[in-house]
Parts: sequence; structure tokens; C-alpha cells
Amino acid sequence: MRRCDVVVIGGGPAGLSAAAAARATGAGEVLVLERDERLGGILNQCVHGGFGLATLGEELTGPEYAARLEDAARAAGATLRTDATVLGVRPAGEGAAGGPCARPGRRPGAGELEVTLVSPARGLERVAAGAVVLAMGCRERPAGAIGIPGFRPAGVLTAGCAQRLVNCEGLLPGREVVVLGSGDIGLIMARRLTLEGAHVACVAELMPYSSGLKRNVVQCLEDFGIPLLLSHTVTRVLGRRRVEAVEISRVDASAHPVAGTGRIVACDTLLLSVGLLPENELSRAAGVELSPLTRGAVVDDSLMTSVPGVFACGNVLHVHDLADHASLEAARAGAAAAAWARGRATRARGGGVPVEPGRGVRYAVPQRVDPERMPDELVVRLRVDGVYERRSVVARADGREVARRRRDILVPGEMEQVTLRRDALLARGGIGRVTIGLEA
Amino acid sequence: MGTGCAHDGIEAAGRGAARCDVAIVGAGVSGCAIARELARLRVSTCVLEAEEDVCCGTSKANSAIVHAGFDAATGSLMARLNVEGSRLMGPLCAELGVDYERVGSLVVCTDPAERGGFDALLACGRENGVEGLRIIEADELRELEPNVSDAAVAALWAPTGAIVNPFQLTVALAEQAAVNGVEFRFRSPVTGVARRAGGAWELDVPGGPLVARVVVNAAGVRADELHNLVCAPGDELAITARRGQYHVLDVTAGQHVRHTVFALPTRLGKGVLVTPTTGGNLLVGPTAEDVGDKDGVDTTADGLAEVERRASLTVRGVPLRERIRTFAGLRAHQPGHDFVIGEVPGAPGFVDCAAIESPGLSAAPAIARMVAGIVRDALGGPAERDRLAPRPAPVPDVARMAPEEWSALVAARPEYGRVVCRCRTVTEGQVVDAIRRPVGARSLDGVKRRVEAGMGRCQGGFCAPRVLEVLARELGRDPREVTLAGPGSEVVAGTVKDTLRGGAS
Repeated sequence: MRRCDVVVIGGGPAGLSAAAAARATGAGEVLVLERDERLGGILNQCVHGGFGLATLGEELTGPEYAARLEDAARAAGATLRTDATVLGVRPAGEGAAGGPCARPGRRPGAGELEVTLVSPARGLERVAAGAVVLAMGCRERPAGAIGIPGFRPAGVLTAGCAQRLVNCEGLLPGREVVVLGSGDIGLIMARRLTLEGAHVACVAELMPYSSGLKRNVVQCLEDFGIPLLLSHTVTRVLGRRRVEAVEISRVDASAHPVAGTGRIVACDTLLLSVGLLPENELSRAAGVELSPLTRGAVVDDSLMTSVPGVFACGNVLHVHDLADHASLEAARAGAAAAAWARGRATRARGGGVPVEPGRGVRYAVPQRVDPERMPDELVVRLRVDGVYERRSVVARADGREVARRRRDILVPGEMEQVTLRRDALLARGGIGRVTIGLEA
Repeated sequence: MGTGCAHDGIEAAGRGAARCDVAIVGAGVSGCAIARELARLRVSTCVLEAEEDVCCGTSKANSAIVHAGFDAATGSLMARLNVEGSRLMGPLCAELGVDYERVGSLVVCTDPAERGGFDALLACGRENGVEGLRIIEADELRELEPNVSDAAVAALWAPTGAIVNPFQLTVALAEQAAVNGVEFRFRSPVTGVARRAGGAWELDVPGGPLVARVVVNAAGVRADELHNLVCAPGDELAITARRGQYHVLDVTAGQHVRHTVFALPTRLGKGVLVTPTTGGNLLVGPTAEDVGDKDGVDTTADGLAEVERRASLTVRGVPLRERIRTFAGLRAHQPGHDFVIGEVPGAPGFVDCAAIESPGLSAAPAIARMVAGIVRDALGGPAERDRLAPRPAPVPDVARMAPEEWSALVAARPEYGRVVCRCRTVTEGQVVDAIRRPVGARSLDGVKRRVEAGMGRCQGGFCAPRVLEVLARELGRDPREVTLAGPGSEVVAGTVKDTLRGGAS
């Protein structure tokens, strides 16, 4: 069996960044497995700009940013494979090791992991890995999940699916469009479809605030005169074969449609941008503990999951706003995976103390921190649970403040962060937990 | 091969009319099962379907269960065919390679005052010939079904209850019929029926009339319209579309119940069921609402909420958060609440297979035998064929293959190594084969029904563009012509900037 120090699952911005960092940190063979025929993941369909600002200091389109990341991973010496779908990850020797899939060659050693994949070129294969980085990204919440009443005709599709059709296939999903949900992809697609010759009637958002970035609301809707209807939702889809119209209703403070407020908007397409879900099928099957808050893995400050040697980063860990942030997070995971693979036993599993969301905070990642072993500075990323003005993100160790970050405005659609300093935590002695909340 | 209309059975019949011995109207599970039975005879059979594929009406939108047969009125056709169909279904599915699992069903009582309801069900079930029925008390019930409601006091246990994949079943029946000579004509709604001199029936279908010695009316919710064209005055059928709304939950919730869980009907009405599916999902539903619209498969906020509420009466903690789809289907209900099967009085050779509402799927194998018998008699007892050729081997399902088997398949056909639907692990090879088969897929939904691409938790968000591409390539069509479910449901409207270039299509 082939053996790699680090196997990275997913060749998008997170996976490519993790691979480059793993090599730079001293890993031997680093193998990236991408199921698409191209590297770059969802960046390939993001033809808009805004990528690379935080990592490269310049503004690039998605495909340009993908190309840079691919070049960097290649230059670092990672092996990049496309058209290769990973089917499973598990501790080596578990279950049917030596079973049907076994290939002649070296058996993985104790404490190692085994990755099963399939590709058109080579059929099923198994690869032994010292560490695995999960970087599978996320998927979109479909119409069925939110249960919009009405018919189920052609013309109801997720914004990302439309983005692929438009930007990669040159196909226009519809001509008269309503967008439900103000997630970033929905906002970006409202602009894209307008530029491609469609008319976007409006964007309806269930919440009283946009769930996308402010810059996208301005650049994608306001600049094009597309109305954003806050506290509205689609309450019915009309049309048996193809969408003919949707009913849009106002919702009350608890997000329930208000009877009698529905109005029919004629359209042939309903685009959905109603949430992204980390794609953790492989993680779940591998026994990785998942958080109900992020729907991603529970990780420690090295981004290692509950399964030793398995790390997670990017949108499969928690949904990011910016690919740049996913890249930065992934670099940490890649470096940690390399370190684990080179000297696995040096770090105990489950060490450290919990990092918990406090008042006003929906989640914080990582969920555990070990003051003894953490880096000197650790960025904790978090999302707030509503719109707040003039608050501070405050980290407290057993009630005592250890970090604070002042913000003028905080919204759920924009990820926040706070930096924990190792010396500050160590100075507190044997702490039991870190809580991150909003304070005046 | 074959004795279908397109082959030796077809001949000019004056004014260009095509002829066949038997025309079956409707390619749902009844029509396809009848077609397969008739393929045993040396007659030419043609199936006329208004939609672009088989399994487009009631057969695709139901509870996907095989009822044990304890609740149909004793002595009814429904009771007899349900119990017989339930016995035939397992072996039939095994023969055809269709997913079927005898999980057993439970009718749960949550109110001690309502226990008396079991007596009637038990008596009816035993009278109908349902095997293995018994009442189980709370302790045994909780052991069998740990997530049953805390209020559950007892249940009727029916070990012969089962779940089946209705898409696979209908497709498999059609495929076997097709390879044995039955012709399928899609996008062929029957708009008129007339008796010709000599007794044959002339059906108006697009592309010209079709003359058949015998017509089988398996037109689902529209079977009354066809019936009423030929019946004697006063003998009209009235079929009401009775809508059932459902929630489909992800496979992560598929283990929430182990059996099909019904509620004991009470004064407050009939409950909804919670059941695992053969695909590993959890299905919760249906409502029962009479709607005026025979295309009214829309869901409603009230209906979906009602299902959710009623499900919680028998099963605790149904994880609706794991929902991936909602849908509604229509049952063909007639006031007498029984199947209407037989030659229409005064219209010899016109055979109804109508009002096939629940348990129509369960009864389908028995319905097919019964109808085929009537047709055989109407045709004067034609000779039988030596044997029925088997259905083509099912499309390989890589998700269930041993690794070395899958590897060997990829070596022979590399497209079986390219996963296009990641939720259900479906490869491009499977999509290609779903299209290339007899009675093959012609739309995204057709592919979904056959190989489950798009049936998983992302509901096609990821695979739809890929499946669209394969459909366009395999069918030699422009991507703009590819549909979700037949003409009028084109997936895309045009190409980028076509209106700006003045080239809108």
C-alpha cells in the first residue's frame, strides 16, 4: 500500500493551502485528492473578484486565486490528484484490513490512517496516511430542507448550482428570477444573472438582516437596483412543469409568515441561498465528533478532530465568509498534520479545556484549547447570534478576561475573531474553561 | 424480438391507423405490471403514457410500503388483492432485483380508551387472511421500536408489512415488458376513445389513432375520464384526487424507526405513518385531502405542519431538522372505496383498472394477474409464449459493491470510477446506463428514479449540472432541451447573454 505522511481530502482553497503548509512544515509525501476534474473546488465557479486580499495582498478572481494556490501547493512538492473521490477514512487495520481492497505492498503501521478512494484511472485504491486533513468544503441547503410549500417544478435551484451552470457551462438557468436568502452566493448570483441578461425581481431574506457580507449587499444588489426584502420569505411555488411565479410574504419577529401579506411575483426561476452545511459524510463515517452548532468537527487548537491524526479546516469545519480565511485556517491544519505525522505520539488526545460560546455568540472554533501546547497566539473564529452595535468580543478564562476585541457592528453574516495569547492563559494557572461572549 | 406495436403486431388499418391487440393506458405500477403479465402472451401490447417516463403519477409519490392487508374491508377486491399482492411482492422483487424489505408494521395505540379499535383490525386482518397478526403490549413494543411515543400503550404487529422501492419496481416491470416485446409510447395522452365497427377500440393519441382489440384503462386519477367515454349512461365513475403530503428525512434519520409505524385510527381520525425506506431515508406522511385538481401535487404549509404534528403522536423526536424534501402525491379515490377492475358493462374489450388508491402499490402484482386474466379472456385465450425473458440486469450499484467488484467494473468502464452524485455515491457510468436501457431515462427525474442521482441530501445541487451534461451527450440534445420531467420542464432557459446578443431562444 502506498504511504503518505499527509493525505488531504479536497483540492479547494482549504485543501491546497493545507497541502502547501504541510510540505513547508516538513511532511514527506503529501497527497491531495480532489473529486472534480479540476483543482480549486468552488473557486472555479467564482468568477467575481475579492479573493486573495488577506493572503496575497491583491484582489483576484476565484479561478486566479485557485491557480495561485495550486501553483503554491505544487511548488511546495505536494502531489495533486484530480478525478479521485475519497470513499472512506479509518484507522489502519480496522475492519476488513487485508480484505477485498488490500493491495500488495506495505501495510500501514499502528496509529496510522487508511484512506480509500476511487478514480476512473485506477479503480479503488487504499492509501496509508500518517495524518489526514479533511477539507471537503460545504454544500447548499436545498429547497426540500426548508420545505417551501407549493409545486416542485424545474427552475428551483440553489445559487451555487446556478453559479456553476452560468460560469462554467455558459447556461442561463432563467430569465426572470427571484432569490430567496441573502447568503453571499445568492447576492453574487443576483448580480451575475443581471449581467448575463436575466432580470432579478428581488432578494427575499427571512431574517431582519442580510446573512451575506455588507460589501456584497452594496456591490451586488444596491449597485444594480435589486430590492432586498428583509423579513420576507417565499411561501409558495407556483407552476407545475416550470416555475411560473412565487408568493412572497412578510414574516413576523419569530420568522413566521404573516397571513394576508402574500403577493405573487411572476418569475421562471427561484434561486435559493438559504444556508451552507459542512459536508461531513466522510467525517461522520470515520467516527469524528461533530458539533451541532457548526455541523463541523469538534477540534482542538491544532484543528485536530476527535479521531487522532484527523484534522479539519475550511468550510467542512465551519462555514467561512471568505476563502482567504479558509486558506489561513487550513495552513494551520496542514502544519499541525505534518507535525503529527512526523512524531505522532507527542501529543495527547483530548487535552486542554473547552472553549465555549457565551452571551451573543453562536459558536466558536476551535472548541478546545490546551494552554501548554497551543501556539503563542491562537485565532478563535466565531459567529454572533444577532445584530449588535458597539460591543466587545471578550474571552474569559474561568470568568477572568484574557482577550478583548472592540467592534462597532457585529452581524451573523460576518465571521468575527478574537486572539488568545498563550502567556495570558498560562498566567491564569490551571483553568477549567474559556468562554467567548459579547460584552459592552 | 417482440410482438409490440412497433414490430409484427402493428399494421396499417385504413386511414393510417396503427393496430395492436392490447393498449394499456397509463405507465404507472399497475400499467407496467399488467404489461409484464401480458408479455407472457402471444399478443401485441402497447403502453400509452401521457408523461415522458414510467412512474410519473401516483406510483412515484406514495408511502413506498407494502401493506399487510389488515385494514381493507373484508370481502372487498382491495382486501383480496392487497393480501395476495403482499404475498407476491417479495418473490417478484427478488426476481426483478428491486429493493424490498419485510420490516413489519406496527399500528400504535396511544390512548387506553381506544384499545377497542384493535379488535376490529385484528378480526378484519384475520378474515382477510393476513398472517402473523398479534397485539403486543408496551414493553415488547418499546423493545421492537425504541422511539415509539411515550404514550404508546400497545400495538398491532403485522410481520408481513414491508417496504419497497416503487421507482425501481415500476421501472423493472416496464423493462421486462419491453424486452419481451411490449411497446412503450410516451408523451401520448389518450384524448378520445371510440368503438369501431367490428368491436375494436380506436384511441386518439398524438401522431394518429391507435386501434386495439382490448383497452386497459390504468390511467390513475384520470381513469374516470376514460371510463366515462365508453360506459353506459348512469354507470359513470367519479374519481377524486386525494392528496397526501410527506416529509422525506435524510439517511441520518433513517434508523429513527425500524418498522412502518401507523397510528390506530381514532375518533380524531387516521394518523400518519413514519417508516424507513429501502433507500435508508425516513418517510413521514401522508395527509388525506380531497382536491379538485388532478394535477394538484402541491404541498401546503398547513398540510406539512399537520403531518409533523400527527407523526409526533406515535413516534417521539422525529428529527424533522434532517428533512431533505417534501412532496405530495394523489390517490385515485372513488366513493365506493374499492378498486374498480373489470370489463366495463356494455363496452366489451374495455377493461378498467381504476381507482387504484392505497394499497394499490401493495396489490400491484395481484392486480396485474387479475387484469391479464380478463384481457386473455377478452382476446379469446391467446397462446402463451415459451418463457418470459428476464429483465436486463439492474444498473450496477457501486455503493453496494464489494471493492474488487467495483474496481473490475472501473477497469472495464472508467466512467464507473467517476462519482457524480456524492450524497448517494452514484457514478457517471450509472447515469449513462440509466439512459441507455430499454425504457431508459430521458430527464433528470428519470435518472433520479433509476439510479438515485439527486435523491440524497443535496437534492441535486451538486450533481444536476453533471447529469444534465450526460443526458445532453447521451441523447444527442442541446443542454437547453434537457428537462427535469418532460416537455415544459426544461432545466435551463438559454445561454448566457443570449438576450443581450438578441439571440434569445
